[in-house]
Amino acid sequence: MKKHNLVSRLELVNITKQYPGCLANDNISITLMPGEIHALLGENGAGKSTLVKTIYGVVAPDKGDIIWDGKEVNIKSPSIARDLGIGMVFQHFSLFETLTVSQNIELCLSKTQLNKIGDLAARITQLSEEYGLNVNPSRYVHSLSIGERQRVEIMRCLVQSVKLLILDEPTSVLTPQEVSGLFGVLRTLSEEGCSILFISHKLHEVTEICHKATILRGGKVVETCVPNEETPASIAKMMVGDLAEQDAGYAKREGTKRAFNVENLSLPAKQPFGTSLKNINFELKSGEILGIAGVAGNGQDELMAIISGEDERNVKNSLSLGSLDIGHLHAGERRKLGMAYVPEERLGRGAVPDMSLTENTLLTHSDGFVKKGLVEWQSIKEYTSALIAKYKVKCHGEFSEAKSLSGGNLQKFIMGREIGQSPQVLICAHPTWGVDVGAALAIHQALLELRDQGAAILLISEDIDELFLLADRMAAVCDGHLSPVVRTEATNIDQIGQWMAGTFINNSSLHTQEAKA
Amino acid sequence: MDSDLIVQILFAAVKTGTPLLFIALGEVICEKSGVLNLGQEGMMLMGAVVGFLAAYGTGSAGLGVLAAMIMGCVMSLIFAVLVLHLGANQVATGLALTIFGTGLSAFIGSGVVGQTIQGFQPIAIPLLSDIPFIGKILFSHDILVYSSFAMTFALMFVVNKTRIGLTLKAVGENPHAANAIGIKVLRVRYLAVMFGGVMAGISGAYMSLVYTPMWVENMTAGRGWIALALVVFASWRVGRIMLGAYLFGLASIMHLVLQGLGWSISPNLLAMLPYVATVAVMVIISADKFKEKLLAPRALGKPFDPRQMA
Repeated sequence: MKKHNLVSRLELVNITKQYPGCLANDNISITLMPGEIHALLGENGAGKSTLVKTIYGVVAPDKGDIIWDGKEVNIKSPSIARDLGIGMVFQHFSLFETLTVSQNIELCLSKTQLNKIGDLAARITQLSEEYGLNVNPSRYVHSLSIGERQRVEIMRCLVQSVKLLILDEPTSVLTPQEVSGLFGVLRTLSEEGCSILFISHKLHEVTEICHKATILRGGKVVETCVPNEETPASIAKMMVGDLAEQDAGYAKREGTKRAFNVENLSLPAKQPFGTSLKNINFELKSGEILGIAGVAGNGQDELMAIISGEDERNVKNSLSLGSLDIGHLHAGERRKLGMAYVPEERLGRGAVPDMSLTENTLLTHSDGFVKKGLVEWQSIKEYTSALIAKYKVKCHGEFSEAKSLSGGNLQKFIMGREIGQSPQVLICAHPTWGVDVGAALAIHQALLELRDQGAAILLISEDIDELFLLADRMAAVCDGHLSPVVRTEATNIDQIGQWMAGTFINNSSLHTQEAKA
Repeated sequence: MDSDLIVQILFAAVKTGTPLLFIALGEVICEKSGVLNLGQEGMMLMGAVVGFLAAYGTGSAGLGVLAAMIMGCVMSLIFAVLVLHLGANQVATGLALTIFGTGLSAFIGSGVVGQTIQGFQPIAIPLLSDIPFIGKILFSHDILVYSSFAMTFALMFVVNKTRIGLTLKAVGENPHAANAIGIKVLRVRYLAVMFGGVMAGISGAYMSLVYTPMWVENMTAGRGWIALALVVFASWRVGRIMLGAYLFGLASIMHLVLQGLGWSISPNLLAMLPYVATVAVMVIISADKFKEKLLAPRALGKPFDPRQMA
């Protein structure tokens, strides 16, 4: 970080933005120096997203000034922001699924930038190797997993020469190795004089990499600190404003009887670029949380789809619930038998965006609230409001459309809805992705409570800390293979990390695979 | 069947397919930007009547085409302001535009019904038209047919090879993301809709200046609707639209051919062919979810309001 340069890269002066019913930003002032990595912290709804969108020209502030390199600027649109040298990686990715990676990146570049780069695909491959992002320029985005898409977004900013890079929770779907790779990139950029505005919920990351941090609460700046002089716990306190218990180790439990079983499950990939599942075996017991770690795109989506019944192929004799074979049943029948799911995609899979929360509750609770073919609206409404209150879902009420909720709040709602079924088996993917500290804590507690009531929980997550925190037993997936399952106390991050990289796949099984192919 | 007859049939198929080609090329660009304009028939009729009036008044078919293009563009602008600026429902507005165009064209054209004019004359392209078979089928037409060839290839290039094409697809697929990376979504959509209008105008002019050089009320006879089906049939690909237009053209003259051969099949049954083909293609496309995702513009028919970004 260059100290001698006294002109700030970006200065926000008294930025204020009022939304109907909510003051999103209240007189926020922040200064970023060239080369500074600045963390923007706060719970969901604290106003971080609004603030960065203001900087990126997506949202127009009601009041306040933006000073860029010492000059006042009016960033009316993202293209003006990009011309100034501001790049942004969004939390909800802004990629075009029907275009290739390289076309997606091309769209963000101006003609002069393109001419300077020359062969864009080659440049992407080169940057990809340089930073270890593993981005193939010719693939279509719709075939990429969430983790891969995020890497495309990061690539999109790297390809442009940026002076300020805004990252909205960039590490939430990366493996520990990828995160350290990304941090390497960020440090290099910082040394080159690029300022970085970093939004994250992972506090140890903030203390590791950021030079300064601004903490927002309720749309206001409540604190500014130097993260490496603080601990994650002290920063968390500033964020939530009270003494929230952060990551206290939870008691591990031993499961009782077998609740759900996967036996010799092999399944060819349905989609091009999908992952085939290769002879997966595991047992899930009542009263335990089984965590499955893995880098995005190693078969988690496929496993989830076949277990939930969303993938309708018949896998008779491979899936059983208790002693009942369920491999041939469809998703609804499996739900009726006491299985519940929280998919990775909240909007679209976990909830219908254009439907109200009440209607979304009804989707998976139809049994209790439909009598003689008629919907009992009054009781479903009451149930939904109770759900909203219990899980502290921030919304206007049970009539709010699912898409109007922030990611973390919608996740709390979906978790609450599924847990409310008192399932025997809960299959849950990335339950706290993009969720703030307070909400994550609530979700963790709900999961543990459900486990203690005797439910079997399968937790698929890319957040390895979360898995160590919650899971009683753990395994990892790599390229469609499942590692051995071990007790969490009996393993460590290194072993799981290695399994995520596939070291458990022994050569003999690889050979037979190749022989078959 | 002797080869002369086949050549004649195919020549007629190209001629019949040309208005479909023009209007479907306009519509596909419009739909790629995410706007469904069901007003094609209305814009085409207005183009036909204004084109005819202008050519009748000035004696110049070229000026007729120009006037039709302007008229089509004006019609599409009405649509664009309503659905893009004021956020009106695209389907309802499009239907209203068709009804409006049908009525207004009948009204302003009532004075010239039955009049004839000198339309475009065929120009055989030297050398190319001497190629046996193909020369007669493709290169002995009038200037509008040739310009439809040129337009198809130009659009194939623009859509598939240029940044304009990428931008268009981006806007039609995810307008919010497009807005976030700095593409002016509404401007792109305005231009796409206006392009659709201009093409509908030319298509109408082709009907009243070349195909049957006269004005008759409702003379486009549902071609605007066939064009909408054609876009789906071609699964939003420009190259396939050309192929599809000639196939549809062939299907719609088939009853004449078959009558000539002495077969008696009801022309009404044969007139169904383009629609049956479209339904078949839709079934084939949607059988493969993976392909379906790649083909149709995902934001088709969905309004975009930049002020609602939060």
